[in-house]
Amino acid sequence: MVFQYAPAPESTKIVKIDSSYGLFINGKFVKSKDGSQYKTINPATEEVLSEITLAGKKDVDLAVKAARSAYQKWSKLPGSVRGKYLYRIARILQERSREFAVLETINNGKPIRESRDVDMPLVAAHFFHYAGWADKLEHAGLGPKPQSLGVAAQIIPWNFPMLMLSWKIAPALAAGNTVVLKPAETTPLTALLFAEVCQQADLPPGVVNIITGAGETGAALVNHPNIDKVAFTGSTEVGRLIASSVAGTKKKVTLELGGKAANIVFDDAALDQAVEGIVNGIFFNQGHVCCAGSRLLVQESIKDEFLDLLYERVQTLRLGDPLDKNTDVGAINSAAQLAKIQELTQSGEQEGADRWSLKCDLPEKGFWFAPTVFTNVTQAHRIAREEIFGPVLSVLTFRTPQEAIEKANNTPFGLSAGIWTEKGSRILEVANNLRAGVVWANTFNKFDPTSPFGGYKESGYGREGGRVGLAAYLKSENKK
Amino acid sequence: MLKDHPLVLPELLTEATNSASALKKFLHGLSQVDKVGADARAAMLATRSIKTSAKLEGIDLAITMIDLTTLEGSDTRGKVKTLCAKARRPDPLDPTVPSTAAVCVYGDLVPFAKLELADSDIKVAAVATAFPSGRASKEVRVQDVREAVANGADEIDMVIDRGAFLEGRYLEVYDDIQRVKAASGTAHLKVILETGELKTYDNVKRASWLAMLAGADFIKTSTGKISPAATLPVTLVMLQCIRDFHKATLRKIGMKPAGGIKTTKDAMKYLVLVKETLGDAWLTPTLFRLGASSLLNDLLMQRQRMKSGHYSGPDYVSID
Repeated sequence: MVFQYAPAPESTKIVKIDSSYGLFINGKFVKSKDGSQYKTINPATEEVLSEITLAGKKDVDLAVKAARSAYQKWSKLPGSVRGKYLYRIARILQERSREFAVLETINNGKPIRESRDVDMPLVAAHFFHYAGWADKLEHAGLGPKPQSLGVAAQIIPWNFPMLMLSWKIAPALAAGNTVVLKPAETTPLTALLFAEVCQQADLPPGVVNIITGAGETGAALVNHPNIDKVAFTGSTEVGRLIASSVAGTKKKVTLELGGKAANIVFDDAALDQAVEGIVNGIFFNQGHVCCAGSRLLVQESIKDEFLDLLYERVQTLRLGDPLDKNTDVGAINSAAQLAKIQELTQSGEQEGADRWSLKCDLPEKGFWFAPTVFTNVTQAHRIAREEIFGPVLSVLTFRTPQEAIEKANNTPFGLSAGIWTEKGSRILEVANNLRAGVVWANTFNKFDPTSPFGGYKESGYGREGGRVGLAAYLKSENKK
Repeated sequence: MLKDHPLVLPELLTEATNSASALKKFLHGLSQVDKVGADARAAMLATRSIKTSAKLEGIDLAITMIDLTTLEGSDTRGKVKTLCAKARRPDPLDPTVPSTAAVCVYGDLVPFAKLELADSDIKVAAVATAFPSGRASKEVRVQDVREAVANGADEIDMVIDRGAFLEGRYLEVYDDIQRVKAASGTAHLKVILETGELKTYDNVKRASWLAMLAGADFIKTSTGKISPAATLPVTLVMLQCIRDFHKATLRKIGMKPAGGIKTTKDAMKYLVLVKETLGDAWLTPTLFRLGASSLLNDLLMQRQRMKSGHYSGPDYVSID
């Protein structure tokens, strides 16, 4: 007898995608003044989904003006009233979570299991969390009467479109700011659906403005003279540009950039669970995760045994239709990202590392990359230093805890790290010595709205999430 | 499987059972189990969506894996007779439904079960060794097995001495299993760990290895008399032990979760766990069993629904 999983596709009937979208400015969808159109696609099929507006400078100006004028009232509302709007948004997001999950998967390529079980529950949780903060800002640790900043320009990446939107919008609004948010060029659809949620929640016009576009739109927004704050999540390269363009202005900045996290497995780790953690750490969301555990540091005494378990486990990953409820690994988000992953993996082979890839059929259309593990990687290889942002794991080894810490820290990044050991004292010692914003012990890629997130070094500055995350959108009363 | 890279060498395994201290050292030296991680993995696998053809395949497969069980003080010959009829032909309305793997009864009822199942492939399993508590002398426990075997049992479901295990007297448990194995003769031996009493996954892992080293053909979660009985994460941990033991010895040990598996959905989750931990090779009644009773009727109702397109209801399956 056989037992093969039958296709289990999530129905797409629940989502309605318009043939074209305008910009969401001052509570309404409006046509662009000076922009153009581009097409957004489903990366798993390359099917065109809709025509999206590439906002121009005039559009950006209008959006900032709308946010500025809404700020006058919004910032003066009692915190409990702002909280009421945020709670309302959170509930609507929960009610419509299936719709958002399907749309996210269609536009991003991530498996529906993840958009349904991880992204959307976390999105709602972030709104609920910051809704609760709105009337308690005097307890944020910034003095008795912390003040909002003004208009926040927020630019988010394509890997977690809705989750990053929630990380940006929820604290900004709770603190009394208004926002102009630009979703990533390749994944605008859920942000545009969120605009509908803002209307449904009767959010005052102009408090949230959503403008779509690419790099130039983002640059126009960041350089706009009438914004008070820039919050960016994305590549270190763009983060640098933003930091230099706002230097010398009054604008506050938080940057959440790249990473090259080390997942350190000691020989006393719970091996099967460590294998799970490594797999989730790098293959979750196709490795399109800034805090992905892209470097495995495994103790030499268990290397062979551990890698055997790892290969066996990776071999069970199910790659394919992201809408299938049993898919573990979906599509790469764009042709450009696929090219980048291919270029870096080729360099890995050229530099002498050994490549192992999941044996599986890749769909003909769309952008796909089989989960890949490189062994015999050295600290000097590009695949050990550069962020690949794809399903590619580089395996390095160590002999002593000291060596593990040195190798883990030997990177220009410092966003996250993982420690796998059953020895509590070792967790504490290693964690204290790792220069990474988040250190997970015996787990990985766990997010929670109460827990701050952010990096060291080239991974950026500022923290998002929790009480600490409010500091990015508030100033003490006496610091005008 | 990529390379045959044994976790532990077979010679090492024989050495491990040379003395009480060697055995303790070996069992305590097994890599530990992180509960949060094991629970998370089992929960993730429980989200697999088993629909349409997969569900139909799964239902029939699950039926062929059932050890249809009655283990009550009130069991009678009549009860055993109806159980055997059910095992033989689970759905009186539909002859295409396969038979179950076995019936599982107390040792004294084995002769009646054998009689009822005489001309079939359905096995008769007997619980023995002072089931369910195991609280009897070694001699009594082994005698219990001998009688069941003499009565014609094809399979013996024994319980381990949990008290001895929790006290760390592993070699005694090991010897006990070996004695039962010898007394079982050609009958297949399933070793019940009673994981609901062992509590920690580390204990489950150690007990699984102990049983496999001592000669178990199957390892089984529970008697069904203790709550919790079988759970997905406990089964996952045991399946991973079976995988590691296979790597080390090339011996394929079977797995039997028992107790608390009541719905088709539950059964599908167990099949998923086996498929994604040990692979399709273990998806056979010779290597995987489900210890259950009420599960069968739910499988039958789901099967009827899938064949006819509508729900039939509990009056369309036999209550036994």
